[in-house]
Amino acid sequence: MDGITALYVFMLAAFTGYEVISRVPVILHTPLMSGSNFIHGVVLVGAMVVLGHADPEDPVQLAIGFVAVFLGAANAAGGYVVTERMLAMFKSDRKPGGAK
Amino acid sequence: MNTLIQLAYFGVAVVFILGLKAMSSPVTARKGIVWAGYAMIAATLVTFYTPGMQNYGLMITAIVLGGGVAWWSGRVVKMTDMPQMVAIYNGMGGGAAAAIAALEFARGGVHSPGVATLAVLGALIGSVAFSGSCIAFAKLQGIMTKTWRLPQQNLVNIGLAALTVLLGLAIVVSGTPVPALIIAFFIVALALGVILTSPIGGADMPVVISLLNAFTGLAVGFEGFVLGNPALIVAGIVVGASGTLLTQLMAKAMNRPIRNVIFTPITGEAAGGGEAIEGSMKEFSALDAASVMRYASKVIIVPGYGMAVAGAQHKVWEMAQLLEEGGVEVVFAIHPVAGRMPGHMNVLLAEAGVPYDKIFDLEEINADFPQADVALVIGANDVVNPVARTDKSSPIYGMPILNVDMAQNVIVVKRGKGAGYSGIENALFYRDNCRMLYGSAQAAIGEVITHVKALEA
Repeated sequence: MDGITALYVFMLAAFTGYEVISRVPVILHTPLMSGSNFIHGVVLVGAMVVLGHADPEDPVQLAIGFVAVFLGAANAAGGYVVTERMLAMFKSDRKPGGAK
Repeated sequence: MNTLIQLAYFGVAVVFILGLKAMSSPVTARKGIVWAGYAMIAATLVTFYTPGMQNYGLMITAIVLGGGVAWWSGRVVKMTDMPQMVAIYNGMGGGAAAAIAALEFARGGVHSPGVATLAVLGALIGSVAFSGSCIAFAKLQGIMTKTWRLPQQNLVNIGLAALTVLLGLAIVVSGTPVPALIIAFFIVALALGVILTSPIGGADMPVVISLLNAFTGLAVGFEGFVLGNPALIVAGIVVGASGTLLTQLMAKAMNRPIRNVIFTPITGEAAGGGEAIEGSMKEFSALDAASVMRYASKVIIVPGYGMAVAGAQHKVWEMAQLLEEGGVEVVFAIHPVAGRMPGHMNVLLAEAGVPYDKIFDLEEINADFPQADVALVIGANDVVNPVARTDKSSPIYGMPILNVDMAQNVIVVKRGKGAGYSGIENALFYRDNCRMLYGSAQAAIGEVITHVKALEA
């Protein structure tokens, strides 16, 4: 990706992030923070790629790559579980009072 | 193959954004996270097919271990401990982004100064997010109980930040950096995260976690540029932007600009200079509290962190239902930063089964307090402190508060006589219309329930 295209992607993604959250009610702020925490867990994909291209003969590279994948997987899995648990409590069928 | 993988990443990015959007409504929120979850699994599986990769055994071991430990810890943790779990998982993401940069440098994968700059930026932000989140976790978990400030804290912050930038610059300029330089850079960046977060405490904690969440997003986005991976770029930058907005919303709710949160943390000493508070704290028994509320026509309940710590949300809702059966109108008022994260109280009340239409936020309910017979404050402190309206010298002056002091009667359920988490004396407790019900929220509300039942009989 060349520099200018990258700059455009950066700009558009930033506006998207800003727009997507601007209509979130206060009661969902914590689940949303947790949900966005899960989404940056996609760093796992990057960690896998760098570990995959690390020199198998170099223990330092392997160790750093292992740590990267370990942390990325933990971010994704933990972020998902915690968010899902929070949002499970917002199921509308459990609330006879109804969601407004 | 490569085109297919890139197309899959494109789909993943789209689903992530749709998932985040679905999370903006209580009705679709759960679907949103499930969609995003499938997208994450798809992204992970597709990545295995990236051409030219090795070390699969190590990779799978790391995924199973990291994912397994986090999955298990996320399952067993109590609902009240959620904020620190978000903090620690976030820190791990930041650490992963920093480690990606470290590995790219170690294997000589960084070729142009532009890419090196992005890698260094991502590494810096990711490292700060990692060590900062670890401190935030330690504080919320109670491992680290003191907030300490170095003498000349702000100078140290600036000096350390400048040193990190210089080291980063040296890495970019040197082209093929020496390992010692990279190691020094990471040590200083990690130290910066610790030093920045350590003095922050109390009500500022949610803002910090949110800020670090936005940091990790940015770090992931920058490493995405380094790796040329659009899924990382889009997901990271979207989170960076939405996290920044969320941080601003929180800081605004507290009337504390973000730079004040970081550079001038609220401390007990700063609070000491305020106006002298007159009057005394007046104690109330559970029986008194029960009868006042039982014969009221409108009760507004204001929950805070004390309710979360005691895990009293079920008891509170049981009491509210009991009062409603007796014809009392009961509603809940939630301050935007009650608890340790915005929406923390909503999550807990939802867990207890309180319907949404009984929960109101600050703007919706503040005009109703003068009409309320009782405002019942359960383990909340700073968010109901009237000095925020009156005392210009108070560090929380100007923060919007719930005007519970305007209710006919105020009952405060509180564990002891000390000042709140931020160390600021609460003038509310000394008001003539305020009574203190001492005890943990769980026990105190339990007693009130017993007495209300006795009154019914």
